[in-house]
Amino acid sequence: MAGGQERILRSRIRSVQATKKITRAMELIAASRIVKAQQRVQAAVPYSEMITNVVRDLAAGGSSTESAFLKPREVVKTSCYVAIAADRGLCGGYNAGVLRATEGEVKADVLAGKQYAVVPVGRKSENYFKFRGYALRDGFAGFSDAPKYENAKAIGQYVVSLFLSGEVDRVELVYTRFVSAGTQEVVRRPLIPLEREAIEGGDGKPEGGGSAYEFEPSAEDIFGSLLPQYVEARIYAALLNAAASEHAFRQRAMKSATDNAEELIKSLSRTMNRARQDSITTEIMEIVGGAEALSGADDMVNA
Amino acid sequence: MMKVEVVSPERVLFSGSATQVITRTESGGEIAFLPGHTSFLGVLTENHTRIFLEDGKVQDVAVHGGFVEAAGDHVTILSSNAELAGDIDVARARAAKERAETAMRGEHDAVVEADLRRAQARLSATGALGND
Repeated sequence: MAGGQERILRSRIRSVQATKKITRAMELIAASRIVKAQQRVQAAVPYSEMITNVVRDLAAGGSSTESAFLKPREVVKTSCYVAIAADRGLCGGYNAGVLRATEGEVKADVLAGKQYAVVPVGRKSENYFKFRGYALRDGFAGFSDAPKYENAKAIGQYVVSLFLSGEVDRVELVYTRFVSAGTQEVVRRPLIPLEREAIEGGDGKPEGGGSAYEFEPSAEDIFGSLLPQYVEARIYAALLNAAASEHAFRQRAMKSATDNAEELIKSLSRTMNRARQDSITTEIMEIVGGAEALSGADDMVNA
Repeated sequence: MMKVEVVSPERVLFSGSATQVITRTESGGEIAFLPGHTSFLGVLTENHTRIFLEDGKVQDVAVHGGFVEAAGDHVTILSSNAELAGDIDVARARAAKERAETAMRGEHDAVVEADLRRAQARLSATGALGND
C-alpha cells in the first residue's frame, strides 16, 4: 500500500514537470514578444503625432465647426463600446480587466435606460459577451497578439459608419494601456465625437511661422477624409498598446505558474521521499520481526 | 534643401533631406514642392511620388492615398499605405494590374479603379510601367 502511494506521487511529479516546461516556454516567448510589441508601439508614434498636428491646424483654421465628428450629440441614446481583449487566455487578469470594465459601463447604461452597442475585438471578448447574452455588433478577432493597420482600418470604418448612420451617438474604446513592462492599466477613452482638447492647441499656422495654409481640395473636404484616418490611427495605437499589455500579462502569469509548479514539485518530492522512507522502514521492521520470530521458533525446537 | 518625411502608421518609411518632391493630389494634378514652398495641405491620390535627394538620386515611393503637408522647409507625407520602390513586388503588382484591367472591361466601379491606380503607382515607382 505504501509502494502504491509512492507510484502515484511519482507520476504526479512527472506531470507537473511537463506542465512546468510548457509554462516556462510560454513565459520566454511572451517576454521576447513584449520587446517587439513595444517597438511597434513606438514606431506608430510619429504617424499619430503628425496626424494629430494636422487635425489641430485644420481645426484652428475654422473648418471644424460643422463636422459631425466633432459635435457631441445633444441626446446620447446609444453608447458604443469597443472592447479590446485577447484571442487567447492564459494571460492572468488581462481579459477580465477589460471585459469587466466594459460590462460595468453597459450595465450602467441599461440602468439609466439607455441603449448600448458592444463591438468586441478579440475572441475572448466576443465569447464573454455572447455567453452572457449581450447584444453584439460585428466582432473583430484573430490578430490580438500582432495587430496590423488594416485591422484598425476595418474597425475604424465600422464604428464610423455606425456613428454617421446615427445608430450610435458616441463611441468609446476600452483597452489596456501599456505604461511599462511592469505597469499596464485598463482605460476607457472617448473616440467619436472627438474630444475638444484633442483638436485644440493648433494655431492654424504652420510650424515655424509663415502664412496660413493653402488647401487642396477645400479645408472642409480635407477634414472629411482626415478625421476617419485620425480615428483609425487612434484605434491602431490602442490595438498596439493592448497587444503589448497582453504579452506582459501573459509573461507574468506564466512566470507565476512556473514558480508554482516548482513549489509543487518540491512539496510532492518531499511527500514521496517520506512515503518511500516509511515503506522501507516498514519492510525492515517486517524482516526483523520475521527473523526474530523464526529464531524464537528454532530455540523452542532445540530446547 | 528641405526635410522630407514619408510616414505610415507602422513606421517611418523615409526621412531625409531633398531638393524637390513631386506627388499627386486627389484633384488629379501633380504637384512639386521646392524649398520655400508656401504652406500647403492636400489630400493625395494613389500615385508615384518622387523624392529628389541631395546627391542627385531619386527615391521612388508608391503612395496609396494620404495627405501631404508642407510647412516651412518641411514636407511630410502621411499615408496609411505607402511602399518604397525597393519593397515592391513587381510580379505581384503586374498581376494585380492585369486583374484590375480585366475587371474594368466588365464594369467600372470605384474599388476596381482604385486597385488599378494602386497597381499603376507601384509599377511606375519601380520603373516597370512601360509608357510612363
